[in-house]
Amino acid sequence: MHLANYLGYLHQSEQYLAAGFRKVGEGHAAEVDVFHTGNTLAQQCEAHVEALEPFVERYGEEKPTEPDRLYHEFFDGTREGGIGLIRDLHDLYLMANACDIAWIMIGQAAQGIGDRELLEVVNSCEGQTATQIKWLKTRMKQAAPQALIVAP
Amino acid sequence: MADRIANPWGRRTPFGRDEEWPVRVDQFLEEGVDEEDVDAWVQTASILHSNGDALDVAVKDGRMVGVRGRGVDRVNKGRLDPKDLFGWQANNSEDRLLKPLVRRDGELVEASWEEAFDRIVGESKRLLEERGPLAFGFYTTGQLFLEEYYTLGVIGKAGLGTPHMDGNTRLCTATAGQALKETFGSDGQPGSYADINHADAIMLFGHNMAETQAVTWMRILDRLEGPNPPHLVVVDPRPTPVARRATVHLAVKNGTNVALLNALLHEIVKNGWYDRGYVDAHTLGFEELKSTVADCTPEWAAGICGVEAGRIREAARILGTAGRLLSTALQGVYQSHQATAAACGINNIHLLRGMLGKPGCGVLQFNGQPTAQNTRETGANGDLPAFRNWDNKEHVQELADLWNVDLMKIPHWAPPTHAMQIWRYAEQGSIRFLWISCTNPAVSLPELRRIRNILHREDLFVVVQDIFLTETARLADVVLPAATWGEKTGTYTNTDRTVHLSEAGVEPPGETKHDMDIFLEYAKRMDFRDRDGQPLIKWEHPEEAFEAWKECTRGRPCDYTRITYEKLRGGSGVQWPCNEEHPDGTERLYGDADFNTRTTDCETYGHDLLTGAVNSEDDHRAIAPGGRAFLKAAPYTPPHEEPGEEYPFRLNTGRTIFHFHTRTKTARAPQLQDAAPEAWVEISPTDAGNLGVCEGDTVRVESPRGRMEAKARVSGIRAGVVFAPFHYGYFDQKGGDEPAGRARAANELTITEWDPVSKQPLFKAGAVRVTKIADADGSPAPAPTNTASRPAGNGGVPETTGGAGAGVTETTEGGR
Repeated sequence: MHLANYLGYLHQSEQYLAAGFRKVGEGHAAEVDVFHTGNTLAQQCEAHVEALEPFVERYGEEKPTEPDRLYHEFFDGTREGGIGLIRDLHDLYLMANACDIAWIMIGQAAQGIGDRELLEVVNSCEGQTATQIKWLKTRMKQAAPQALIVAP
Repeated sequence: MADRIANPWGRRTPFGRDEEWPVRVDQFLEEGVDEEDVDAWVQTASILHSNGDALDVAVKDGRMVGVRGRGVDRVNKGRLDPKDLFGWQANNSEDRLLKPLVRRDGELVEASWEEAFDRIVGESKRLLEERGPLAFGFYTTGQLFLEEYYTLGVIGKAGLGTPHMDGNTRLCTATAGQALKETFGSDGQPGSYADINHADAIMLFGHNMAETQAVTWMRILDRLEGPNPPHLVVVDPRPTPVARRATVHLAVKNGTNVALLNALLHEIVKNGWYDRGYVDAHTLGFEELKSTVADCTPEWAAGICGVEAGRIREAARILGTAGRLLSTALQGVYQSHQATAAACGINNIHLLRGMLGKPGCGVLQFNGQPTAQNTRETGANGDLPAFRNWDNKEHVQELADLWNVDLMKIPHWAPPTHAMQIWRYAEQGSIRFLWISCTNPAVSLPELRRIRNILHREDLFVVVQDIFLTETARLADVVLPAATWGEKTGTYTNTDRTVHLSEAGVEPPGETKHDMDIFLEYAKRMDFRDRDGQPLIKWEHPEEAFEAWKECTRGRPCDYTRITYEKLRGGSGVQWPCNEEHPDGTERLYGDADFNTRTTDCETYGHDLLTGAVNSEDDHRAIAPGGRAFLKAAPYTPPHEEPGEEYPFRLNTGRTIFHFHTRTKTARAPQLQDAAPEAWVEISPTDAGNLGVCEGDTVRVESPRGRMEAKARVSGIRAGVVFAPFHYGYFDQKGGDEPAGRARAANELTITEWDPVSKQPLFKAGAVRVTKIADADGSPAPAPTNTASRPAGNGGVPETTGGAGAGVTETTEGGR
């Protein structure tokens, strides 16, 4: 069974995402909505990590062995200015989507083995991840014209 | 004669439930003028708050000399509040701006209109060529007229094509509008002031109505003095005149509204005080709401809000069992943490109880300013005109057809830019042209040091259109002197959808121009054209603009099509929608529980209340609301800046009855200015004791962003909270536009933060510390004594009075 592999992936990805939301929020603290919402969503991700823990124990956690393509460059630092904000949010968007599809995969597995507890956690968390994606999209769409056309 | 500074609400005219509110006509004429001296009475309505009191201005020898309430009007039945009675005198001030000013060699100097427009149009054309429309921002107000906003909106959206248009309405009424959209699908006040005549219980949530809409408070006072008075549930950290009349007063810590509301909703659900049939037939989201509030017991909320659980339970019982419930809300909700979530929570109570659209059953999400409703309607703020949805291509196409421009011209790729973001773009240098009309951000926005820095930027061209040399005008590149209320004609709409006509009674002074003419002149000189090469703006006068606006509203929730200037003349104001189906207007919305939530009609597809994430059209379609309202639930989250060791107090800012906004007009009305001449800080007796502060001592209030100094008023405010009025700036002080020595503007302290959904800045948030810096000099704090700032102790502080100069005639049917 490879559920442990995916649990490990999601467990790790939510931790990365939490750190990412904080980092982008702090890196763009002058965008106060990004700062505050970033912190709020980081807390959400941390709660997801916590909610996953009993299942990591139940099924084991295999650390993903493939190279970590998505996060490697991200944690070198945040970018600056309007365009930098969009690029950083873009990275978070990809990371959040990685979590989103992982929740779906784990939900599928939970149904397959009839683990109601896990399914409940998936149900309560995946909606939040979907909203995180929606927020990132909202904020990026708002910022894009100004950043791409007139920002100094 | 009644001293209406000493008693702002005047004489009582009690009435019972379901009776008509008696007429009482208030009149004030300047000294030496008698009724028979008046040449003409000219019809208008209040311009210094959102209540919409109908009044006539007395004109003698071409000059304003007084005012009289209009007994025939549904809103006020003749009554006026102190700002209505005395504020008009500002029109006659010696220091009105009479000529344009331009900045030359760093100084503002008088110039001709020709030169002023040359500067503005030259800069506009250059920027448009070099950087395009996204370099332009417009920051307007809640105090112009409907016709002016609509003209400005068309210029911005279809002339220049910039999404960067908003008003100071973002500071006062954005949450009201947003909560109505989230719950009911579109903006539009469900209730009517007349619901006060019929209600058994009234909840005033974060709403010091006695000082902000004093005439509607008179209506409640008259119910309280009559037979079978309503119960009042009042939520406010301050002992306001409203709180003093409450059946239950919940003095919550500011920032905890959602915790309280979730407990109230918890009680209503738990005790089965909701209308199951209504909820099933007309709402969505009940199960989610139920699970959100499942653990929100009064005991839980008591710990967060700092009020007793028993009182929360008692409040819930009143709200849950009233036969007819009316709720009102204002800045205690809108400018606080979780603003939209809290305002939606109030709507939820009414949906659960099925109490909407019937006499005595309504929600009034109030506005702060007299014409804020029109800023929202016309799209001069961050909305599209007539409650259209920026995310609905067909709605945008309707506007493109109406204005005869290409769809692509109208920015609709994202929500129109909210005010705080406009200022941020200016701070970052991507907005280079900022036109500020009829508002004073250098005193009214949060974190003033930052705002002053933005206005000082070399790369930002600032146009200010105003009637006085405000703090903001002093920092402008071009200042345009405008005519004001009483000198121009137009319409505006109050909180309960009542449209009034305001006629010109006197000539504009000096070289001042009507705001409408200023906008039209800009459009002409910029040569904005439609798709056929014809001038984009096809009107020249207010009434023509009004007729054009009516077409824009046809078939929309705010349908004005059957209103004419003629219909508004002589009688009472008229409530929209006013169309073929409702030729005399509409008292209440949603009596049929058919809400504007169809995907094709709605003004928004909705937002996530925690983050502000936008739902897509597909999301909305999938839910298939089909006319049902949304019960939108949100869990309580703690404020982002809580008091701690360094900054131990919660800051609360707000108004007093005697002033409006940054005192631009009210400081120039002697009765109002004398009643509240200087800034103050309110502190509770417990906190004052701990800090060794006595009444009249000077204190310094500091936040991480700045400081202010003022005399302390030891009042009945709840412990742990300090209050400072936001009215006081620097125009009448040495600094002019900034503090020279002692800072006194409350917004030196406030935090740059906004609600994630409505984007309204949180003026009632943030932490501060208080230090005593000087002993009292023998005089008390300059705060009024007959308002929320009443002193805690007895004696020592002379009562606020207006004396002979504040004498007002009050005429009731029984005589004077």
